[in-house]
Amino acid sequence: MQPTHRSSRLLLPVRMSFVIISMVIALVLNFVPVGQFYAVPDFVALVLAFWCVREPHRIGMGAAFILGVLVDVVHGSVMGQHAIAYVLLAWAAGINARRLLWFSPPAQALHMVPLFFMVQVVMLVLRLFAGGRFPGWEYFFTCFTTAILWIPVHYLLLLPQMRPIDHDENRPL
Amino acid sequence: MSSNSHDTPPFFKRGLPPSARLTIYLAMSFALLVTDLRMHYLEPLRQGVAILTYPLQIAATTPAEFVSNASNYFSGLISLQRENARLKAQQLKVSSQILLNEQLRQENENLRGLLQMQAQIKIKSTAAEILFAARDPFSRKVVLDKGSAQSIEPGAPVVDPQGVIGQVTRVYPLHSEVTLLSDKDQAIPVMVERSGLRAVMFGTGNGLMELRYLAANADVRPGDRILTSGLDGVYVAGLPVATILKVGRDSAESFARILCRPIGTVERTGAVLVLAQASVRPAMPSTATEAAEDSRRSSSGRVRKPANAATSASAPVARNTNASNPPASSASGNASERRAR
Repeated sequence: MQPTHRSSRLLLPVRMSFVIISMVIALVLNFVPVGQFYAVPDFVALVLAFWCVREPHRIGMGAAFILGVLVDVVHGSVMGQHAIAYVLLAWAAGINARRLLWFSPPAQALHMVPLFFMVQVVMLVLRLFAGGRFPGWEYFFTCFTTAILWIPVHYLLLLPQMRPIDHDENRPL
Repeated sequence: MSSNSHDTPPFFKRGLPPSARLTIYLAMSFALLVTDLRMHYLEPLRQGVAILTYPLQIAATTPAEFVSNASNYFSGLISLQRENARLKAQQLKVSSQILLNEQLRQENENLRGLLQMQAQIKIKSTAAEILFAARDPFSRKVVLDKGSAQSIEPGAPVVDPQGVIGQVTRVYPLHSEVTLLSDKDQAIPVMVERSGLRAVMFGTGNGLMELRYLAANADVRPGDRILTSGLDGVYVAGLPVATILKVGRDSAESFARILCRPIGTVERTGAVLVLAQASVRPAMPSTATEAAEDSRRSSSGRVRKPANAATSASAPVARNTNASNPPASSASGNASERRAR
């Protein structure tokens, strides 16, 4: 049992079906056509990082690799571009998982900014090596919008695990 | 490592350490990357994954389409009336042109028959709709709603009512990807309408295009229309492509820097036509190029062809594709000189 910041709530065990459904929804959100509009959050990276922090034993680099290949195909980018970035993200989130859970959700979001920034930089470097053009500084807005979404997503994705607070005199927590 | 899961934490059976797993997955991803970029072996994998993700894609695009359709629905009577009036006027204008066109086509056929020229290529076209712009910020691509099931082929040119917008680069069973002309290094052979000058146009990646390898004193002006030249056998000749925006003539460089703006409404959703690739290719300018190549090889002891073959009618084509190439008769001397150096 891991104590989380300022929370005396006990969480129910997570259902894998919910994890998978949340990832599919994130994929669909990533596929919504927005054209060349920057600052659109990367929902897949967000949900993946969230589960890597919450369930490091179940969700890790394997899931990251599969999601990355799926996103690569749909976005029409070079195969492996998102896969590399997401695998690195899952690794970084996994090794920081125990530390991150001590912080409140806004502080966690702040911690996630450099991780999402790394995702962007990795993809940029790969594409510049492959002969792409620099898409402009607006490209980096995505990591901030993604990190801001961490706070609502934190509550949304934990909602099925919460149970009503019943004030029981005999319960220790 | 403990987590807030309720199973017993694994004490002994932990699998590979994270660093080893990271190395394995990174190696796999890099292998994918290199195979895709350098060897292009991954198209079947892409096709398979695309079939898996297509339902998700449809699920994502349908609400967006619904929103845009709803906004169209409520766009109001006045704008619709205006559009209707505009379309009627256009229809009138076009119908007279169609009548004239039919007459001209017959006349052209007759004249071509008289001159014993090859019949003009008839093009088959498929109407398609742009679903959305692909979300890769490093390239300029759009996705069409027709795929190999509707016999769309990779390499086919795509036009909209105004002009050429791009080329089909990837075909999936139910949709296809079009690389726009403004994509970085997407090339198209063109000619300047006013002067007939032939050139190659490249995308710059920021929505504009650039005419490269034209001499600094080339006869181009801002405002000139640029059409496809049809030399590649992919694009049909005479389709409007762009207008020249700016001509920079820097005496320090040997080539003019010519920026162009696409005519087609590139990067907006709407209806487009996918032209079937011209199956009958124009005869290759074999005589001129072969003569030039042979004369280049001649220094290594090959049989030399008569050099006057290069002065046939197809010579200008060859000269244009390799602008720095002098007439073939002097090419052999130049080539051997270059080799000597």
